[in-house]
Amino acid sequence: MAEPLFTPEEQKKFDAEIAEILSHYPADRKSAAMLPALRLLQELKGWLPPEGLKLVASRLGVTPERAYEVASFYVMYHLKKPGKYVVDVCTNLSCALWGAEKMLAYLEQKLGLKAGEANERFTLRETECLASCGTAPCLQINEDHHESLTKAKLDAIFDKLS
Amino acid sequence: MATTAFEPLISAAWGKPNSWKLDEYKKRGGYKGLEKALEMAPAQIIDEVKKSNLRGRGGAGFPTGLKWSFVPKDSPKPKYLAVNGDESEPGTFKDRYILENDPHMMLEGIAIASYALGVHTCYVYLRGEFKFQAERTNAAIREAYAAGIFGKKVLGKDYQLDCYVVRGAGAYICGEETALLESLEGKKGWPRLKPPFPAVVGLFGCPTVVNNVETLASVPHVFTRGPAWYAGLGTDKSGGTRLVCLSGTVNRPGVYEVPLEATFNQLIFDDKYGRGLPPGRKVKAVIPGGSSAPILSPDELDVAMEFEAVKVKQTMAGSGGVIVMDDTTCMVRSLWRVARFYAEESCGQCTPCREGTPWQTRLLRKIEEGRGEPGDVEILSNVASSIAPYPPIGLGNTICALGDAAALPTHSFLMRFRDEFEAHIREHRCPFGDKPWGAFGDWS
Ligand SMILES: Cc1cc2nc3c(=O)[nH]c(=O)nc-3n(C[C@H](O)[C@H](O)[C@H](O)COP(=O)(O)O)c2cc1C
Ligand code: SF4
Ligand code: FES
Repeated sequence: MAEPLFTPEEQKKFDAEIAEILSHYPADRKSAAMLPALRLLQELKGWLPPEGLKLVASRLGVTPERAYEVASFYVMYHLKKPGKYVVDVCTNLSCALWGAEKMLAYLEQKLGLKAGEANERFTLRETECLASCGTAPCLQINEDHHESLTKAKLDAIFDKLS
Repeated sequence: MATTAFEPLISAAWGKPNSWKLDEYKKRGGYKGLEKALEMAPAQIIDEVKKSNLRGRGGAGFPTGLKWSFVPKDSPKPKYLAVNGDESEPGTFKDRYILENDPHMMLEGIAIASYALGVHTCYVYLRGEFKFQAERTNAAIREAYAAGIFGKKVLGKDYQLDCYVVRGAGAYICGEETALLESLEGKKGWPRLKPPFPAVVGLFGCPTVVNNVETLASVPHVFTRGPAWYAGLGTDKSGGTRLVCLSGTVNRPGVYEVPLEATFNQLIFDDKYGRGLPPGRKVKAVIPGGSSAPILSPDELDVAMEFEAVKVKQTMAGSGGVIVMDDTTCMVRSLWRVARFYAEESCGQCTPCREGTPWQTRLLRKIEEGRGEPGDVEILSNVASSIAPYPPIGLGNTICALGDAAALPTHSFLMRFRDEFEAHIREHRCPFGDKPWGAFGDWS
């Protein structure tokens, strides 16, 4: 038999939080909870496995295709298992004016990955403006935000990762 | 305006200890505006906001009171308030500071707006990347429930209001108000055809007001100090103060609260604000209101950063995102990066936008990499025109204004820097060599 999607603790957390999320919407609008429900699944599993999409869809009363359609529209959802750390580097205009492309090149070298590539440990991506243009350049690691980055700061952040 | 010292309204508490906590907010007079508003009839609240000349801070500068007045009073359907905290237009980073430093100011605005509109449920839609900002906002909402500001009774009045944070998941288009509503309904962010406007058919088919975070944070001040006072701070058609976001090649980038008559020159050069450019640099071009706004030349910066004044220059004050590009910056490279953003973020519903945005990007890449051919600049200009001709702003052939947003930079860069584009083609290379962004800061 295939491995179950969740451990018992994860299942409990999922059930409790789905109930809370659904309580924010009108009873006949359960499908509105799609984004928070997908986020919850990703928090638990690190990505959105197909069985998870099916489960979310069934709780929200929609087809799995609908869950997939939404999941594939938004860049923060992972339909494939990413590296342990997802590194999103902003290279948009204000950051580029403060050297973001050079910072990305430095990171590519440091991690041995090109932007758009992944290994077990890292997924490295270029991303769009992160609302940090006044504290450029910037990046996010698993949604944790880092800004006003210098070489020294960047090295310190990456050296601390397990 | 009189020469009295400028008093910031929105940013007054930023950086002070625990500025985001309810206690601190109340010590500063917080929720007094809501108390006053709750003593008024809903229609009177809307009138006061109209009189204040408050205009939306999300991009279009639409008069807030007027927007509220479009919500039908006799509709049997529930009504909703959706707060736009998607903040994804390149160059814009102001709302996050409100959420981080003073979320209660926005919550107070939400309560006033909701009461005026007969709204019982408000959703605060924050871009997915705002994890920390969502935590702050949620903490403030919990405090507000515990203090009887939200919940079954608002400050003891027989009126129920619930407020929830919803995080997006990485899609600029969800800042467009109807895409935001689709996303709130649990769908992909495909903008809707307008009309009908959200005030009539919005969330779940019900009347809905969509307002920006800063717009709502401005509302309490209209009630604590009165609409006439608020209107008097601004210009004829635009009340209050506003936040502007300064980035790019300046010594002191950041968010600054300014009087509406402050000019771009003041923002960039004043000691209070940007403190000029690094030594040896000169302004080449300035984006006045987020990356979609047509650029201004160095000799056009004596214009006030206010909606009407900027409009005269055929551009827009938009989201308040001011980006300074200096004389070491390649305009082709800059436009290519901006074009790539819009191509990446197009939702793909309309042919001109879906096909035109990557086409612009390919042409710009070709020119920047020295492979441009005679005629490419004309093609580029034609592609931009088929998404949205210009001037004026707003002629887009598409469902939403992302089409215009993608075409406007192309038009305006070509109008002012056509020579530089032609030079790339003539010389078969970027004249800036391997330093298209200049060399600046730690990563030079
Ligand atoms: C492509 C696009 C992106 C937008 N992004 C945002 C945004 O991130 N935040 C925002 O407040 N408004 C954004 N807007 C404007 C909204 O559609 C809407 O006008 C605004 O939220 C209304 O609020 P206001 O009246 O308080 O300004 C965007 C518009 C377009 C066309
Ligand atoms: S203009 Fe672009 S982003 Fe807007 S609806 Fe059309 S395809 Fe989508
Ligand atoms: S351009 Fe990088 S955060 Fe805005």
